Amino acid sequence: MIRIDGVSHRIGKAPILHDITTHLPEGRLTALIGPNGAGKSTLLRLIGRLEPLQQGRVSVAGRDIAATPTEDLARVMAILGQQTSIASRLRLSELVGFGRWPHHRGRPTAHDHARVAEALEAFALTPMADRFLDEVSGGQAQRAHIAMAFAQDTDWLLLDEPLNNLDMAHARALMGRLRDLVDRQGRSVGLVVHEINYAAAWADHVIAMKDGRIVAEGSANEVLTEDVLSDLYDAPIAVASHQGRPLVLHHV
Amino acid sequence: MDKRGLSILLALAACLLLCAGLWMFQGLGGGNRGFILSLRASKLAALVVVAFAIGVSTVLFQTVAANRVLTPSIMGFDALYVLLQTLLVASLGTAGFASLPPGPKFMAEIALMTAMASLLFGVLLLKGSRDLPRMILTGVILGVLFRALSSFVGRILDPNAYAVVQSVSFASFNKVQPGLLPFAAAITALACLAAWRLAPRLDVLALGRDPAVSLGLRHRGTVLQVLALIAVLVSVSTALVGPVSFFGLIVAGLAHGLMRSTRHAALLPAAALSGAILLVGGQWLFERVLDQGATLSVVVEFAGGLFFLYLLLRGHIR
Amino acid sequence: MRPTPALAVALAAMMLVSMTIGAASVDLVHAFGDPRTMLVLLESRLPRTLAVALTGAALAVAGVLIQALVRNRFVGPDTAGTAEGAALGLLAITILWPASPLWLRMVAASVSAMATTALFIAIIRRLPVREVMLVPIAGLVLSGVLGSVVTFIGWQTDLMQYIGTWLFSGEFSGVISGRYELLWIAGGAAVLAWFAADRFAIIGLGDQVATGLGLGTRAVLRLGLAVVAVVTAMVVTTVGMIPFVGLVVPNIVARIMGDNLRRTLPVVALSGAVLVMACDLAGRLVIHPYEVPAGLILGGVGSVLFLWLLYRRPRHG
Ligand SMILES: Nc1ncnc2c1ncn2[C@@H]1O[C@H](COP(=O)(O)OP(=O)(O)OP(=O)(O)O)[C@@H](O)[C@H]1O
Ligand SMILES: [Mg+2]
Repeated sequence: MIRIDGVSHRIGKAPILHDITTHLPEGRLTALIGPNGAGKSTLLRLIGRLEPLQQGRVSVAGRDIAATPTEDLARVMAILGQQTSIASRLRLSELVGFGRWPHHRGRPTAHDHARVAEALEAFALTPMADRFLDEVSGGQAQRAHIAMAFAQDTDWLLLDEPLNNLDMAHARALMGRLRDLVDRQGRSVGLVVHEINYAAAWADHVIAMKDGRIVAEGSANEVLTEDVLSDLYDAPIAVASHQGRPLVLHHV
Repeated sequence: MDKRGLSILLALAACLLLCAGLWMFQGLGGGNRGFILSLRASKLAALVVVAFAIGVSTVLFQTVAANRVLTPSIMGFDALYVLLQTLLVASLGTAGFASLPPGPKFMAEIALMTAMASLLFGVLLLKGSRDLPRMILTGVILGVLFRALSSFVGRILDPNAYAVVQSVSFASFNKVQPGLLPFAAAITALACLAAWRLAPRLDVLALGRDPAVSLGLRHRGTVLQVLALIAVLVSVSTALVGPVSFFGLIVAGLAHGLMRSTRHAALLPAAALSGAILLVGGQWLFERVLDQGATLSVVVEFAGGLFFLYLLLRGHIR
Repeated sequence: MRPTPALAVALAAMMLVSMTIGAASVDLVHAFGDPRTMLVLLESRLPRTLAVALTGAALAVAGVLIQALVRNRFVGPDTAGTAEGAALGLLAITILWPASPLWLRMVAASVSAMATTALFIAIIRRLPVREVMLVPIAGLVLSGVLGSVVTFIGWQTDLMQYIGTWLFSGEFSGVISGRYELLWIAGGAAVLAWFAADRFAIIGLGDQVATGLGLGTRAVLRLGLAVVAVVTAMVVTTVGMIPFVGLVVPNIVARIMGDNLRRTLPVVALSGAVLVMACDLAGRLVIHPYEVPAGLILGGVGSVLFLWLLYRRPRHG
């Protein structure tokens, strides 16, 4: 479980998050939703210790992130930020290879190479593994970044808008793969999604944020209702049902 | 390291040996051979030390700054060293400064420089990395400020102090003080070794802050360690030959181009070796063939500056 | 408080002080009765004071122009290759025709300064990313490259001592009557800029706006280049380069008064004069009776001001 206890955050003088207390349940796929600027990325970055905590506590699988050495955390959770810019010029295989670094710290073994090949294969990147990151399409690069987090092979996977740039088929395949990680391998996943129907179709647990506060949390059926969503996005939104799960009709 | 990388490194090493051989034995003449040889050997050693220091420090700096067009001296590192030296002269007086034994004095300067540079550039790099161009401009302007302060302090103290300042403010490959050489060589060797041992972590650092943190690198600590190494190496090269702004850029560019890899285990030796080849070969060419010993530093700066503009126009700054 | 009168008063006061400071003490009240004091005043003190004021004013105006031409607030005539261009031109004519008359040298310096500044503008127009901070960096490096060419030629031809006086921190201690009058040309060029102020203001808004308003951008660009080059060339040849004036003064004035050049140019000129005057006075007082060059003081003061400009929060947002 990831516990978040009384976390507040400000950038300069501007308050971004207000006293957030919540949790991401273990062995579940949790979706963070909310309008632009709600503070989803900030919260995720705080959990992933990409941003130093200013106030409050966060623990991942029982480890307080402020007290646990960062190299240990890297073997417990992998985080992929919203801005996936890499400073050096790398081949896809090299990028994904770095996902194994927390395990081998510079001396990759045969096992590491095998896991990298597996991750490349899983995201249909094998044919372009030797190309540079700036020589593939935006969606392919995004898949490479996800594959890198995937190769890190951690109990927790935190992804900020992983569906960015992905076409319909790859987006669905990614959600299916994440679902599979949760159901078959007992991993836990937290992700930010904007396309609410992905949350509706695949998530076990939904956390809705607005203006740096949590406005609703619970199962998809509890949170993705007309009342909550209309309030969250300040626009009337109709919700239907499809195979027992909510189907949000936001596009009409 | 792969086969290709290894064979390039071996070729570079062979090439350096060749240049060194040329430098040592070409045109020896009949006269006082022992004397000439020892003179040449000490200059060769100085050139190699400087090249290693500049090559390694530039690669390290480009890694911490996550940018391929920067060198420590574009960002004002060597100006800081000159300023510190001026302040030392100012507080001890020229006579006091000169009477100190060169070795311990050098060590003290390096320690001071390391502390100051880690503090200043640590803040700049760790806080300013969100806005890279502004960070670069800050470094450049800090360099201007340091240079102005050095001249100012030199001026208001006394003409002798000013002469000391002037002599360390211009680059020349011809003015190495032999007394410093053993210390400089030892320190450079240690620093290069430390950099080499950091190589796997440098690979991760080069990805940028967020990916490095999420892979479990102690980002802050590593950045500070690397900055300290850079400060040491820049102190060495500035003390030996004065500020050289763009040479490192050429060397690091060569290393990247030759190795076509982002692995520091390959980049660091490649930069050091190709830097040494350029300096030793260049000095041989300019001093023995063209009879223009003093101009190598100017030519190097010119070529390096053009290379920088070229990189800028190609859009390599990011 | 309106800035123009306040600045004018400050400048006048400093000019008076400047007249009295120096190796020989001068009593302004009784100077008219004493021919020797009068001589010192007219031959040395007055020329120096005028030179300082003219330099400051002209460089600040040149700074406004070049910032409008490249549409970037972080450049100045000292970071655009202009000064090095002027030195290069001087060097060329000195070598090619050692006995050339003064006017020809000035023309050579100005033309060459114009060429290198045009080169700078061509380079930054080709910069792939529209990144504000890259422009000054490109300018600084170009200056460095040109400077190394100048140094190299200077070395080869034994002209280093001239180059030192052109490119390294400028100072006014050598100014006497008969050796500063070229600066009036710089002042004249700056006044010329004032007549075309509206055009430069429009150019600063962008090519599209300028063309939309029916303004031929090329002609204005050329005029601007000419003014910047002439001002810099005159300053470089008479007193040596004074850094940062053209960079920081326009920024500070624009921050307070905006970018309506017709209104701001006089303030810019006065502020530039005040700033250089203050630095020259400081340089003369700090280790009296010796001097620290004004250019050196400006290197320090200017870079601190510049860093402040770089890090101040924008007024909105
Ligand atoms: N570097 C920064 N400086 C100032 N404010 C920032 C910064 N980064 C984020 N913010 C502000 O913090 C708030 C939360 O940002 P955050 O990125 O967490 O939003 P988000 O919910 O992820 O939005 P989006 O859906 O657009 O990704 C926003 O109001 C944003 O403007
Ligand atoms: Mg976000």
